[in-house]
Amino acid sequence: MSSFPALVVSLPLIGFFINGIFGKKIASERFSGILGSGVVGAAFVASALMFLAMVHSPVEGRTQIVSLFEWLSAGSLSVAAAYRIDQLSILMCLIITGVGFLIHVYSIGYMRGDPGFWRFFCYLNLFIFMMLNLVLADNFLLMFLGWEGVGLCSYLLIGFWHDRQFDTGGYPPGTSTTSDAARKAFIVNRVGDFGFLVAMLLIFSTFGSLTFGEVLPRAAAIVEPGSSTIFWITLLLFLGAVGKSAQIPLYIWLPDAMAGPTPVSALIHAATMVTAGVYVVARCSILYALSPATLQIVGTVGCLTAIFAATIGLVQNDIKKILAYSTISQLGYMFLALGVGAFTSGMFHLITHAFFKALLFLGAGCVIHALKGEQDIRSMGGLGSPMPTTRWTFLAGSLAIAGIPPLSGFFSKDDILLRTYAGGATLLWIIGWITAGLTAFYIFRLFCLAFTGEGRWPHDVHPHEMPGSMTIPLVILSVLSVAGGVIGIPSNLGGGNLLEGWLEPIFSTADARLAALHDTPLSMEYVLIALSIGIAVAGAYGASFLYRRRADLAARIITRFNAVYGLLVHKYYVDEIYDALIVSPLERISKTLLWKGVDGRLIDGAVDGTAALVFKISDRLRRIQSGVAQGYALVFVLGIIVILGILVLRF
Amino acid sequence: MPSILTILIVLPMAGSLFVLLLPADREKLIKGAGLAVSTLALALSIVLWAQFDNSQAGMQFTQKSSWIPAFDVSFSVGIDGLSLLLVLLTAFLTPIAMLSSWNAIQKRLKEYTIMLLLLETGMLGVFCAIDVFLFYVFWEAMLVPMYFIIGIWGGERRVYAAFKFFLYTMAGSLLMLVAIIGLGYYASLAPGGKFTTDLIRLFSIGPGIPLGVQIWMFLAFALSFAIKVPLFPFHTWLPDAHVEAPTAGSVLLAGVLLKMGTYGFLRFCLPLFPQSTLMFAPFISTLAVVGIIYGALVSMVQTDMKKLVAYSSVSHLGFVVLGIFALTEEGIQGSVIQMVNHGLSTGALFLIVGMIYDRRHTRAISKFGGLAKVMPVLAVFFMIVSLSSLGLPGLNGFIGEFLILVGAFRSDYLSHWFAVFAAAGVILAAVYLLSMYQKTMLGAVTNPENRKLSDLSKREIWVLVPVMLFIVWIGIFPNTFLKQSAATTKQIITAVKSTTTIRATSEALPLSK
Repeated sequence: MSSFPALVVSLPLIGFFINGIFGKKIASERFSGILGSGVVGAAFVASALMFLAMVHSPVEGRTQIVSLFEWLSAGSLSVAAAYRIDQLSILMCLIITGVGFLIHVYSIGYMRGDPGFWRFFCYLNLFIFMMLNLVLADNFLLMFLGWEGVGLCSYLLIGFWHDRQFDTGGYPPGTSTTSDAARKAFIVNRVGDFGFLVAMLLIFSTFGSLTFGEVLPRAAAIVEPGSSTIFWITLLLFLGAVGKSAQIPLYIWLPDAMAGPTPVSALIHAATMVTAGVYVVARCSILYALSPATLQIVGTVGCLTAIFAATIGLVQNDIKKILAYSTISQLGYMFLALGVGAFTSGMFHLITHAFFKALLFLGAGCVIHALKGEQDIRSMGGLGSPMPTTRWTFLAGSLAIAGIPPLSGFFSKDDILLRTYAGGATLLWIIGWITAGLTAFYIFRLFCLAFTGEGRWPHDVHPHEMPGSMTIPLVILSVLSVAGGVIGIPSNLGGGNLLEGWLEPIFSTADARLAALHDTPLSMEYVLIALSIGIAVAGAYGASFLYRRRADLAARIITRFNAVYGLLVHKYYVDEIYDALIVSPLERISKTLLWKGVDGRLIDGAVDGTAALVFKISDRLRRIQSGVAQGYALVFVLGIIVILGILVLRF
Repeated sequence: MPSILTILIVLPMAGSLFVLLLPADREKLIKGAGLAVSTLALALSIVLWAQFDNSQAGMQFTQKSSWIPAFDVSFSVGIDGLSLLLVLLTAFLTPIAMLSSWNAIQKRLKEYTIMLLLLETGMLGVFCAIDVFLFYVFWEAMLVPMYFIIGIWGGERRVYAAFKFFLYTMAGSLLMLVAIIGLGYYASLAPGGKFTTDLIRLFSIGPGIPLGVQIWMFLAFALSFAIKVPLFPFHTWLPDAHVEAPTAGSVLLAGVLLKMGTYGFLRFCLPLFPQSTLMFAPFISTLAVVGIIYGALVSMVQTDMKKLVAYSSVSHLGFVVLGIFALTEEGIQGSVIQMVNHGLSTGALFLIVGMIYDRRHTRAISKFGGLAKVMPVLAVFFMIVSLSSLGLPGLNGFIGEFLILVGAFRSDYLSHWFAVFAAAGVILAAVYLLSMYQKTMLGAVTNPENRKLSDLSKREIWVLVPVMLFIVWIGIFPNTFLKQSAATTKQIITAVKSTTTIRATSEALPLSK
């Protein structure tokens, strides 16, 4: 069993190398597709076996450390390439390989006929490899390797069709290419990575180690709770999380990341990579428990991001953009959960979200394919009858994200809201509650405009259902979206809350520190649940009513609240603001002040000036050597007179 | 019997004499001879590596024969953990540089080959000399072939660039010569002592020099090295030299010559003048951090690919200097490996820019776009090298940068902010490298002149593959290389710290009376 982790990680890497080296020569979609999906499928099987073995072993023996080799050692620093398999990482492992496998299979159909087919699978496999390193790493440095590695894959895959135009939706004006979006994603993420990097420096100088087993269990003994050290460590790590998981203020890259092929959006920008930030905070739960101030920041940022992104999502017309803002918003929920100390709830929502958001993205991919690349929901409509599987599975995903019971999203979102309320953060609860209504509204606006009513697509387009390689993953994911909630049904709703029990050993130390959660009376819980269901149904019904029956009313609302609508359509002008405040000034300063000014005028001016001065002086000196002997004699005599004069005057 | 190290140093020079005897029109033969000699040197350096005992901190493969007995100047060479990796880097990059300019040199091929071989001897000599005067001779001698390489085979403004390069470096090194003489003079002041330039003996002299004098000697050495690195604000010769130099010149200039500055700090400034080192560490580190940010920002707005890479060197070398003056094991180990890393990745960047230049005779970024479509193989290499240069974990650049940041963060002499600002440079590296990559490689092919470019030839691929190999190797198994410099690093730090504490206590004594 001990070789399994290495196997799980290396399988996708093998796929990457084979496809990368031979893919182009073999030039067979069947080969590349089966190989690429096969290695991930095999990794899933291996992970599942590890999971089963873990289930059957006693709780104390569930954590397993597999050290492969000494990676980096210098001075007092010593870091191993080592993996840590425990209750938390195995869950992530299952999602990454499981959902990842389904999306690989889907891609075989989606990418059919693309000249870069082998390259696509090559990148996807590399991504799975990096993501597994991120979650399985036993130390911060190896985690950072995965962290930056997934960022690289994200970069490569967003810009996969690097010569294609991409509509950024208003700013910068006009269209840019997908490679702009890719670069933006990488650079914005790097801002977050800077936080991660400095956090590692601080962790190493505080604990003398970067290994989880050395840092986390000793944290409470070494650092003062609430001290500035732990505050900065957690805040900087959270900065990394904010970048990767697209939270305020670094979320701006994710909507643009939709420039990538849709399976990429499903895998990387919904189900796995963007949840890495949540995973890091959960992994370091004990550090966060020691710094209540940071937890407050985490919860507030998450909650604000949730409602902020949801409002933007209300008015977008690009099917993938709506889902992107929805992802940002849902990730906000997860951080809200972490912020109020409900680590299990955050992980619960991470899992259910992976199911239903992957499902929604893949469904959107089917729609886009059927309409020959159309992404504007205003040009869709009536797709339900030609594409029944897509419609029903999409509906399942929509109901799940809207939080309609008993689908998975209901349980996980409700869990978060409940704990937020129980934690005494009433204001955050209200915001989260309103966001739940907005969520239901935007997703049913999308569903109704795309699948119901009259078809608004051009006449030469004949949408049809997608092949099995694409619909079967949809069906599997819809089953998971519907039923996935069973793992976390709380006891007062008749469930056993398996997830909480499973993750208990991971979060127990942190939970013990944050034990101050208020006990909410059962009756109040039922009220809260009823309120949640109420606003979800209201949102869903409101959207259906507006967009199926009274489209005129929707248009009238837009005219009536034109200013608000404009603000939302322009996404609160955040890109414009960043550009004006950071990007342009930095470029101007670098160009005019530093390069032309300091380098050109100041330093080179001094250097060339000195050279010119030396030249001038030598030129004068050269004139003295005129070759005229009388001149020399004159100077000679003058010199003697001066010297004599000095001597005479001194004595 | 000359030691293997002496043979290695003299071999390229002997090779250049051989090339001198060849008829100038036998181009293939000349090129072949140059490549063969430098490859032989590489083989010898690998033998050195194999026989090197990394548990020892001191000099190995030493050889000493008297040269100017009156001043105790000798031909004295040896290598330790600091120099081994740089010797390997030099021996590795020279044949690659030769191979890279296989078809690019159109005139005076014979002289060109001779110059490259002489340059190799100069570079190896600088890293192996353990006599200060011998070091100085190699240091100056190496300028001459580089001056000609830029001045004869360079671009349009080659004369200006070569001159600037020469004068800048000379200005620094003259002061160094004065300091060297001063050192020898102080050696003669010791009881029973005499004038010497033997570095090992001077190691015990330097720390005892009165601080007032030591500071000036330190500054003389430091200025010379700072110009070579180049440390902000002494860097403006670099972009000009790089832009005008032929590809092989740029590769060796960035790959090896710049390391002489950082190597000089480690080899001379730290152990010879420990008290001054501690005094100036925050000041020099400040310049290093300014250079990291400054170089990156200026790099960001460049329109010429070579200039962009040149300014990125200012930023990367800033990291190396920061690591040195952090005076921690992690920092110095990181600096040593980062010197190698920079040689590999910036060397490779110049190779790639050169390959593009050979095809289009321009380096203006705006003339390109979408090259990945026509040159997919080049695009892959370019991507890997860019990622290495921007410090992606798993590749070599990250290892050095991370160790340097750890070292700077834990330094007893620097505040945390040095590491924090340096880390910000990591963000900017992604900005300028990915922008250049995007503007040249990605998107549609906009310029019709680029449509028919040929992808890399077999020769060009084999020029790049060995570099890639090390980029990945150092990224995944850095310990192979780190353990070579570990013992020597430890010794240097102990030396710096112990002399300063002894001095501090002995000076404190009178006060405590």
